[in-house]
Amino acid sequence: MAMSAASPVRWTREDLLGIAELSPGEIELILDTAESFREVGERPIKKVPALRGKTVVNLFFESSTRTRSSFEIAEKRLSADNLNFSASGSALSKGESLVDTALNLQAMAPDLIVIRHAHAGAPHLLASKLKAGVINAGDGAHEHPTQALLDAYTIRRHKGRLGGLKVAIVGDIEHSRVVRSNIHLLTKMGARVTVAGPRTMMPVGIERLGVEVAYTLEEAVRGADVIMMLRIQLERQGRQAFPSVKEYFELFGLTSARLAGAAEDVIIMHPGPMNRGVEIASEVADGPYSVILEQVTHGVSVRMAVLYLLSGVHEETA
Amino acid sequence: MARDLTPKTTILDAEQMARMIRRMAGEISERNRGVADLMLVGIRTRGVPLSEAIAAEIERMEGHEVPLGALDITLYRDDLSTVGPQPVVKGSHLPGRIDGRVVVLCDDVLYTGRTVRAALDHLVDYGRPRAVQLAVLIDRGDRELPIQADFVGRTVPISHDELIEVCFQQTDGAELVRILERAPR
Repeated sequence: MAMSAASPVRWTREDLLGIAELSPGEIELILDTAESFREVGERPIKKVPALRGKTVVNLFFESSTRTRSSFEIAEKRLSADNLNFSASGSALSKGESLVDTALNLQAMAPDLIVIRHAHAGAPHLLASKLKAGVINAGDGAHEHPTQALLDAYTIRRHKGRLGGLKVAIVGDIEHSRVVRSNIHLLTKMGARVTVAGPRTMMPVGIERLGVEVAYTLEEAVRGADVIMMLRIQLERQGRQAFPSVKEYFELFGLTSARLAGAAEDVIIMHPGPMNRGVEIASEVADGPYSVILEQVTHGVSVRMAVLYLLSGVHEETA
Repeated sequence: MARDLTPKTTILDAEQMARMIRRMAGEISERNRGVADLMLVGIRTRGVPLSEAIAAEIERMEGHEVPLGALDITLYRDDLSTVGPQPVVKGSHLPGRIDGRVVVLCDDVLYTGRTVRAALDHLVDYGRPRAVQLAVLIDRGDRELPIQADFVGRTVPISHDELIEVCFQQTDGAELVRILERAPR
């Protein structure tokens, strides 16, 4: 057996709750590991035995198609056994408390729990009560770490780096957990982040996270290497943050014409699901700069990397 | 590896290694009556420079380029859940389909046979080779699985308290093979 050179960073965390607590080295370790897992998805047999005999529970208190199926595929490609609980049609909608649900799950001895919850901090509560490793798949408007990691992975594949890039994030900044995780990650890695959106969707004091604020799309897009469009949550439009969808599109919808000021090799991203004709025009979503579907593919590699890294730590400490 | 390792004896220098690799390359092309369907696949880390060196020799002798691949067997290890923090995964790469080809797995040292077992499991996820053969620079004995090499540079029976270190220019900045000794407890 050859002696391998020790990697500068070793993964020692039992849980992935947010990007805020990660070091740049840990972020790079996840991205590098994801790079190795990408190749698994290109093989005739897209499966490795790394998590054989491990059980992963996907606990989704909020509906999700993309993130949940991405985690499911990642788990299956690692040979883990998985189990899905979703909000409708289970005890989760029958009034059981989060902690009781968690303790019941623990009684079945899972190794990892992937949780999405409408309330910020729910994954942290679970992590403090359970032996299993916990992965935050989105908690309220707080964090969505694996989304930020797959965004960073996609950027790095296209630009070769994160440091020094200008990244514009446009849309509902206030209610987006994707934004918060992305801001933490990108600023830690040395990118310059500009956020833009209607004043009604811009949290007071967001500058304190180390970002610049723009109130027009043009200003945000100027010189941008990466443009990240956020979904307008039409189903929550009872809040009346803007007068009409048409007016939002007029001011903040990304069209080909509006891309003029961006870098020549700009990439356009969207965490999905997107509303065509609201935050993004079809010509841009389907256009040559769009990497939106690549993000989905990379999501699987990044989640495999996270599951792989966490499963080792759990085994050692449990 | 908790205990310190100290170099004991150098058993091969660069020239001896080169001669040995030349011989192994000759044996591989002789056994397979040519190299038309051959693919050399190195097991990371030091099986990769070995496979490259063998391929260069085959090309020199036969005038035929042999496709090269690399396997990272980390995800197939049988001790993955007990080794502590997860080892770094560097990824695998094969230059094309392996169906119907003769794949020669290359590794620097053959010891317990567990790495080769993992590599075989990994390889079949890519398809069904016509045959798989094994080439190792050093066979140090003490197998824990029923696995043998087809092509061996040298057999070096050593004790459990000793370790074989194979160095290549690409990975270690020097070419040599030496025995390391574990410091006594």
